[in-house]
Amino acid sequence: MGAINRRQAFLLGGGFVALTVLPMAANAEPSNDAGEMIKKFTGGKEAAKGKITLDLPEIAENGNTVPLALTVESPMTAENYVKEVLFVADGNPNAGVATLMFTPMSGKAEASIRIRLAQTQNVIAVAKMSDGSLFTERKTVKVTIGGCGG
Amino acid sequence: MADKPRIKLPKEARKGEIIQIKTLVSHLMESGQRKDAQGKPIPRKIINKFTCEFNDKPVFSCVLEPAISANPYIQFDAKVDEEGTFKFAWTDDDGSVVMAEEKIALKA
Repeated sequence: MGAINRRQAFLLGGGFVALTVLPMAANAEPSNDAGEMIKKFTGGKEAAKGKITLDLPEIAENGNTVPLALTVESPMTAENYVKEVLFVADGNPNAGVATLMFTPMSGKAEASIRIRLAQTQNVIAVAKMSDGSLFTERKTVKVTIGGCGG
Repeated sequence: MADKPRIKLPKEARKGEIIQIKTLVSHLMESGQRKDAQGKPIPRKIINKFTCEFNDKPVFSCVLEPAISANPYIQFDAKVDEEGTFKFAWTDDDGSVVMAEEKIALKA
């Protein structure tokens, strides 16, 4: 009797562990193709932290229009400038948000857009410099009302 | 489709000055995720590309996805070394293009 009880208790415990661990794992992994999009953009190379400043609200009440401002540190000369910046959102139905393309004539690597976020998630930016080096930054935005379905 | 886009930039700039350009175009940016009253998905229809050229040289452009809000607002900078014309173009999923031009002069 005692052994069965222990076994039952063990199974029950295992069930609880699975229940609690699985949703956490699902949260940690991007629910869309954000990872693949970044890989395609970087060519599989590792992007370093830094150079990018993302200005996003910590809490977005309305996911339909979330202001996003980007600044990348760069002299923006013909020899050294920011070429492209990829934005992905890892909790939207589609990961892609936008790809911005700068030139030395941009003067500054700064831009603002407004984006849709379906739920609380990370917005990730990856910048590609003219010399091929890569930088990345991410920010979590809590979304009160989602901005996709309907 | 879209109404006349709204563009804000200074009328003149000093040589070498970096100016800020703000653009807004009216567009529903239908994401393709929404469903109509009958439960059928509404097909995607968005502005998928924006470009800005100065005297026919590229300044800034972007590829947009359905995760861009309705009435897309795009703000960026441009370095002005000479007087000339900024050309803006928004490309719709249906292939139509909304174009606009703005002139800028050099400050004496």
